[in-house]
Amino acid sequence: MNFRVVLKALGMLLVCESLLMMLSLAVAVYYQGPDIISFSLSILITGVVGVPLSYIKAGKKIMYARDGFAIVALGWILLSFFGSLPYVISGVIPSFVESFFEAASGFTTTSASVLTHIEDLPKGILFWRSFTHWAGGMGVIVLTLAMLPSLGSGTVQMLKAEYPGPNPEKLVPQVKETAKILYRIYLAFTVLEVIMLKFAGLPLYDAIIHTFGTVGTGGASNMNASVGAYNNINAEVIITIFTFMCGANFTLYYQMLKGDLKAPFKDEEFRFYLGVIIASIVLITINLYGDVFNSLRESLRHSSFQVVTVMTTTGFATTDYNNWGMFSKIILFILMFIGGCAGSTGGALKSIRVLLLLRVAKRELLQIMHPKAVYTVKLRNKTVDEKTISEILGFFFMYMLIFITAVLVISLDNMDWATTTTAVAATLGNIGPGFGIVGPMGNYSTFSDLGKIVLSLCMIIGRLEIYPILLLGIPSFWKKTNL
Amino acid sequence: MKIIIIGAGKVGYNLAENLSKSNHNVIIIDRNYAALSKAEENLEVLCIKGSGVSTGILMEAGVDTTDLLIAVTGSDEVNMVCCLTAKKLGVKSTVARIRDYEYAHELLLLKEELGLDLVINPEQAAADEIANVLNFSSAINVENFAKGRVKMIEIRVTEDMPIMGMCLKDMGSKFDSSILIGVVIRNEEVIVPNGNFIISENDKLYIIGQPSHLYNFCKVFGKVPLKIKNVMILGGGRIAVYLSKLLTEMGMKVKVIEIDREKCIQLSELIPEALIINGDGTDEELLRSENIDEMDAFISMTGMDEENMMAALIAKQNGAKKVIAKVSRLNYMSIIKNLGIDSLISPKQITSNQILKYVRGNNVESLYRIIEGQAEITEIIAEPGSKILNTKLKKLELPKDTIIATIVRKNEVVIPHGNDIIKAGDRVIVISKNKNISSLDEVAAGS
Repeated sequence: MNFRVVLKALGMLLVCESLLMMLSLAVAVYYQGPDIISFSLSILITGVVGVPLSYIKAGKKIMYARDGFAIVALGWILLSFFGSLPYVISGVIPSFVESFFEAASGFTTTSASVLTHIEDLPKGILFWRSFTHWAGGMGVIVLTLAMLPSLGSGTVQMLKAEYPGPNPEKLVPQVKETAKILYRIYLAFTVLEVIMLKFAGLPLYDAIIHTFGTVGTGGASNMNASVGAYNNINAEVIITIFTFMCGANFTLYYQMLKGDLKAPFKDEEFRFYLGVIIASIVLITINLYGDVFNSLRESLRHSSFQVVTVMTTTGFATTDYNNWGMFSKIILFILMFIGGCAGSTGGALKSIRVLLLLRVAKRELLQIMHPKAVYTVKLRNKTVDEKTISEILGFFFMYMLIFITAVLVISLDNMDWATTTTAVAATLGNIGPGFGIVGPMGNYSTFSDLGKIVLSLCMIIGRLEIYPILLLGIPSFWKKTNL
Repeated sequence: MKIIIIGAGKVGYNLAENLSKSNHNVIIIDRNYAALSKAEENLEVLCIKGSGVSTGILMEAGVDTTDLLIAVTGSDEVNMVCCLTAKKLGVKSTVARIRDYEYAHELLLLKEELGLDLVINPEQAAADEIANVLNFSSAINVENFAKGRVKMIEIRVTEDMPIMGMCLKDMGSKFDSSILIGVVIRNEEVIVPNGNFIISENDKLYIIGQPSHLYNFCKVFGKVPLKIKNVMILGGGRIAVYLSKLLTEMGMKVKVIEIDREKCIQLSELIPEALIINGDGTDEELLRSENIDEMDAFISMTGMDEENMMAALIAKQNGAKKVIAKVSRLNYMSIIKNLGIDSLISPKQITSNQILKYVRGNNVESLYRIIEGQAEITEIIAEPGSKILNTKLKKLELPKDTIIATIVRKNEVVIPHGNDIIKAGDRVIVISKNKNISSLDEVAAGS
């Protein structure tokens, strides 16, 4: 491994993080909250570690796949580590393990929280919690690539390791330019949503917090009852639409900007994503009508909001869906595994993988009927090569393996079935709230420290799509010369 | 500039690397997944899998907004069709690699009918280059500027040369200053020397000047160019055909060794002037029986780099005076340089250089790159209106490691000094290190 390049990149990442903290500091100063000192200290510590590292001279400026993976994996762990400083120093969350959990939950856009009384917290801290969603949603590495000077050739390796989905698609030849375009689209969505939420009647601060939660598909709110606290149907519709848009592939928006307005509807993954959402909304609405809600309108309002927020792995709530029927809950549980599209800010398996897995399954069945037949799996009218298919099959297996292992460890805390399984599914898929104790109105504070560490790792593993973090555990990955 | 390259082979990759480094937007189209993923991982380019002939793929690459399409797949026909289709779809200009000698005669016609802006025949270009080197045999490499009125030769300094240990500013007294040592390579490092530079053994000097002056220079410093009469060529590929024709026109005798009998018969039809021998060129016995020791030059250019190396070394050992080998894999270059083979020729590199020159713009007449572009020697025509005109050179603050090597005005060749000026219409040869130059204003802009 090229340690110099890795350390340099990590340094740049931390510099970027301290820049992000400065915005939170500004918010804290504006509200004259008690958290000013904690942010100043955090910025100082992060900067003191980051700046010298970023000045390391990277001997040969070549980055290979393993370097990119190391940067991304270590980078995200460091980000969560330093990101937890404001919580610890301000005393909002005294325990370090819990602070790390909260910070990881922020950056990975999970919004699983250990906080019990959110409304009482300083404004700066809450802003930081949501702002980490915003930065983590599109990718902190991508942000670093867009903001800071180039690290030389091979930066695409870093993009690859952080990219949500099987194969990253660059929009333009240069990695840096691609990162810039993505952030421009992202920023445009952010500004648009803040304005719309403001018009819908939310206070500016709340509008910003919920926008960060929406576009990053994070889901942290400054209210204990989440979006439900406002009981504002306009705000709910706006949030639903924006979460839906941010759960789709951002490449599609670039194509639309380039003049191809029908691009989303030509895209098979988008159609699948849309199809699953509509089908789930219809089924849940029918299930809820007359059972939980008396009017069809209320059923549709809550089912559509919850389906979109869970499918895109956001995790807002307008109502406590713990009280819904089993059928509706299981649908939501399944959606937790499907997740958003590749190249979106959403998490979990990603629609494109599920779609391809279904096509592979169909091919396997056809193969039994015609053993000699040759079938190719196609997507967007192009043959998907066998390497990608086997990667997806491998990914699916690993995802399930991690899920089962984590459930096994969490079961030591002796919670009920729903809590144990959905806590892991919701953190691994970066959704946030699950069912039972960790439901939309509950939180994660009852887990043991071991449980919280495992769940924090689940969030990072889920956000980085498993491989980077697992690679850290392989001894030969750390050797300078790999054999 | 937005550039589409079709074919991610050695030339395509090399081009993409160079073009993307000079901030062009490069898109590569290839059908081979492995070749594409190599480019994707190492270069700042966009890769599209598919056939460059397909309209759909070309449209996906945004051909209508593209400035230049370069077709360098393995097949001439595919290259031509790609360019034709792309032109119809609205690309501004097209470059195709066409190498078959069947087409070589119809190039002009093809160029016009297919709307090609540049046709590259790497084999023809390589043959030209080899012929150049043979013409000036004491040099490792010879490059023409200003339509041959100025040449640049590359010479390795050996122990027996009196130039060794000499300081550059003292050379003027020993020798009139109508030549210029523009670039020196010492231990794979490129140096643009100043007056205090001292020449030492194994330096490679790039010397610019008029051909007659260069000849005199070599004579004074103990490397008398030898008149080459007999040439042996190993491998009867396309370059061999072009080269044999060129050399026989220049009055040299050519012997071609080719292992494949069928090919030998074809060769004897194509180049009746040459003696064709059917046999294995790496067989020392055969080489000796064909009087390798009497040969003034031996050129190995089979399809295999390794075979070329071995054959060249065998020939050198057996007394061939000048040995040249063809290398396709560019990464071999740095290793082979120290083996004792006099010159290396890489058709792939020649192709990339020609295309890069074309991309650089209309004012760039020739472009020669040293060690993967670490230094560049560019010939530019001074346009009227350029800021640099009519100013004494000493008043122009040139950027570091950039020198104006030669000014060619009609038939006059000037190695410039501080008091010389550049006039409109002059051909100016500029040497620059780590900097791409496409106009004279860029030279002045550095000040």
